[in-house]
Amino acid sequence: MTAPLIGARVQRKEDYRFLTGAGMYTDDVALPGQAYAAFVRSPHAHARIKKITVDQAKKSPAVLAVYTGADLAAAKVGGLPCGWLITDVNGQPMKEPPYPPLAQGKVRHVGERVAVVIAESLAQARDAAELIEVDYEVLPAVVDPVKAKGAPAIHEAAPDNTCYVWALGDKAAVDGAFAKAAHVTKLDFVNNRLIPNAIEPRAANATYSRAEAGYTLYVASQNPHVERLLMTAFVLGLPENKVRVVAPDVGGGFGSKIYLYPEDVVVTWAAKQLNRPVKWTAERTESFVSDAHGRDHVTTAELALDRDGKFLAMRVRTTANLGAYLSTFASCIPTILYATLLAGQYTTPLIYCEVTAVFTNTTPVDAYRGAGRPEATYVVERLVETAAREMKLDPAGIRRKNFIRQFPYQTPVALCYDTGNYDATLDAVMKMADVAGFKQRKEESLRKGKLRGLGYACYIEACGIAPSNVAGSLGARAGLFEAGEIRVHPTGTVTVFTGSHSHGQGHETTFAQVVADRLGLPIENVDIVHGDTSKVLFGMGTYGSRSIAVGGTAIVKALDKIIAKSRKIAAHLLEAAEADIEYDRGVFKVAGTDKQKTFGEVAFAAYVPHHYPLDKLEPGLNENAFYDPANFTFPAGSYVCEVEVDRDTGATQIVAFTAVDDFGKVINPMIVEGQVHGGLAQGIGQALTEACRYDSTGQLVTGSFSDYAIPRAGDVPLFKLDTRETPCTHNPLGVKGCGEAGAIGAPAAVMNAITDALGVKDIPMPATAQTVWRSMHKAA
Amino acid sequence: MSVKVSMKVNGKPVAADLEARTLLVTFIREHLRLTGTHVGCDTAQCGACTVLMNGKAIKSCSIVAMQAEGADILTIEGVAKPDGTLHPMQAAFKENHGLQCGFCTPGMVMNALDFAKSHPDPTEEEVRDSLEGNLCRCTGYHNIVKSIMAGARAMAGKP
Repeated sequence: MTAPLIGARVQRKEDYRFLTGAGMYTDDVALPGQAYAAFVRSPHAHARIKKITVDQAKKSPAVLAVYTGADLAAAKVGGLPCGWLITDVNGQPMKEPPYPPLAQGKVRHVGERVAVVIAESLAQARDAAELIEVDYEVLPAVVDPVKAKGAPAIHEAAPDNTCYVWALGDKAAVDGAFAKAAHVTKLDFVNNRLIPNAIEPRAANATYSRAEAGYTLYVASQNPHVERLLMTAFVLGLPENKVRVVAPDVGGGFGSKIYLYPEDVVVTWAAKQLNRPVKWTAERTESFVSDAHGRDHVTTAELALDRDGKFLAMRVRTTANLGAYLSTFASCIPTILYATLLAGQYTTPLIYCEVTAVFTNTTPVDAYRGAGRPEATYVVERLVETAAREMKLDPAGIRRKNFIRQFPYQTPVALCYDTGNYDATLDAVMKMADVAGFKQRKEESLRKGKLRGLGYACYIEACGIAPSNVAGSLGARAGLFEAGEIRVHPTGTVTVFTGSHSHGQGHETTFAQVVADRLGLPIENVDIVHGDTSKVLFGMGTYGSRSIAVGGTAIVKALDKIIAKSRKIAAHLLEAAEADIEYDRGVFKVAGTDKQKTFGEVAFAAYVPHHYPLDKLEPGLNENAFYDPANFTFPAGSYVCEVEVDRDTGATQIVAFTAVDDFGKVINPMIVEGQVHGGLAQGIGQALTEACRYDSTGQLVTGSFSDYAIPRAGDVPLFKLDTRETPCTHNPLGVKGCGEAGAIGAPAAVMNAITDALGVKDIPMPATAQTVWRSMHKAA
Repeated sequence: MSVKVSMKVNGKPVAADLEARTLLVTFIREHLRLTGTHVGCDTAQCGACTVLMNGKAIKSCSIVAMQAEGADILTIEGVAKPDGTLHPMQAAFKENHGLQCGFCTPGMVMNALDFAKSHPDPTEEEVRDSLEGNLCRCTGYHNIVKSIMAGARAMAGKP
């Protein structure tokens, strides 16, 4: 029997190919007869298209085709659908304006696609794209979400630029609690818009086979089956069985590669028109203006407390900027994944949240790592820390006074937490971060001319959104299950097919650990296949930290079936009753004897069924399972950030960041730590460096890595991490998910630390040196 | 306008007729089909396209191929031993979980190979400074820093 693999720091199976340049990303795919696409994009945020002149471009060398919105409309190509219907406070459906793949009559954000040129080479396509003349009548741009209502209409379908006004909670009861509160803490802030910037730009390469009457699309996607479903059923009207979508190696996603994008649709459609493979790869500048952005909330948040610091009620009003069009899951992010998290780790009995979602002439906004939960955590944890300061209470103490300690716990905002231990993570982080020694460190910093601050964040997240029927009743237009398949080969090696997609998370290792451990196999004998609709039976893909909790559980369910069948085969081989067969990690034993068969022997018997109960059992060993979770999982954790602010320049340095997370059972601690590191860096980026700026005409003025600062190596510290474990109660592995935690908890911890250092109530994100310097000088 | 270029890539002489504006990275990826060298931006910021030119780390997106005329180019595909054994720097990335999605990784490794030559036992701060021109969105740099520190020591024969 092999050593246990669950909980082991197994090095990653996928690393060798990435380290030797053998990864195969979408842009690396070159198909015979490859043609290349270049998109013409709107330079205006809001304009009417009067005329598009394409003659010169069509005559340009090696150009195969030029298409505009008119061509797509003539071919009856549909608009991009939104996957979640939100019902507003009046019971009306949200406004769903059309989202054509190429602009029809109007452009609504800088970077919107107006035309596409397809040529023999990329350079020729780009050259020809330069020759397309578009005559625009520029219209006033709506940029500020708070002023969107009443501004010129962006869509006919939404005359007041409002997609919906949605609310959750008992407003009257909340207002009543506020009226009686001993103390009210109020904050007004912006949860800043972020640009995801996976280092691999989006790419799509489509080909059409007349012989098979079918398409293959290679695309940088987090969920190829969803991409196929949306594209075939809603946009191109193709038979799903005739479209294969492959998401090969994908260079990071963070949410931005969940969605169906216009470019994917256009190259797929064009591949058939031209009977040629058509490839498009985003330039980084295109990514900045056309990948869905994240966050962008304007919020007023209030917390009512009694005189002892016990939370009585919370009241939150948010304007959420959806951008110019409804991206695939845009509508559920500032609602279902935001307001439902406002209880945090606390027993706040009454919560009311009202969200106004508006259209503006900016790039569409959708899920970005954390998706609603970082915004909720920011509301809760900034309020809690500020309340503690205002009431002169210890910030850890006020949290402890309000922690949820009885599980399951039904929050006033719809979720039911199955398990958790918030004292455990807070105790651990305070010890690891040496909170007791902070006062001394603060004095030492002061002697160096630096202001030192300490901030906490105790976050909760909800992962593996489910169950499907409940989500459906809340407006989801898709299922939220996951599929897995175990194919055992005659010699006992195994190929596992999962509907989850790995684009950095290391599923090829983690999932293999789960399977190899259960089957008692060396991990080399287990391969994980994902990302290809022609291989994997179905899948919802990877988002919302769901892969191990939902995808991993589907695999476990399939494993259960494999072992159940193997037990029958083993019983036959061992001439024993099935009930007498004991199974443990690869070995079937007759109870109380030394008679046994290994998993490999059973697999061989299944495929060479010479001594086999053929009258009772099919040969072969291959099982699949679909798993629809009973509930979300609820990872939680406590973070402590310590900063030093330079009094002369305002530059803020994170001198220590300590994170203690509870992800339930951890399969591979090394990979989990890596996920936390990355999440923390993105959270720190939001807090300190990432400023997305539009000017008043709707131009993105931070449209390159020179202007938009994703964290560099010098911006982040070495992190101190640990975990505590309360296993999830409703999945067999006891796992919760870890992909987004860092990005959810970090912004509040950093901003609580900076405001502590400066002695101010609030400061906007990102707290760049300039912003901090201005704050210090205003305060002085 | 087409130009003739010739250079050595991963020890092998290569030559081609190219449009003069062809970038070195385009030559490497599209003409030689060595797709381990990646393109992550168009402003020479991200470093995913880093290769060694005559032993020095350069961004292959910021020069045209003909500027590498006669040069000795090393890409990620030429770093491991011919039998496939990982170079100590590659091994250090694997051992320290210094990569996630793998897209920035070739550039990180190539840059680290150049850096390690002059820094056999680098400090954390030196490594972070060396990464000014290489962006990663997955790892938070924590394990990349550890990988490069370990890889540099391994290259220098230090434990």
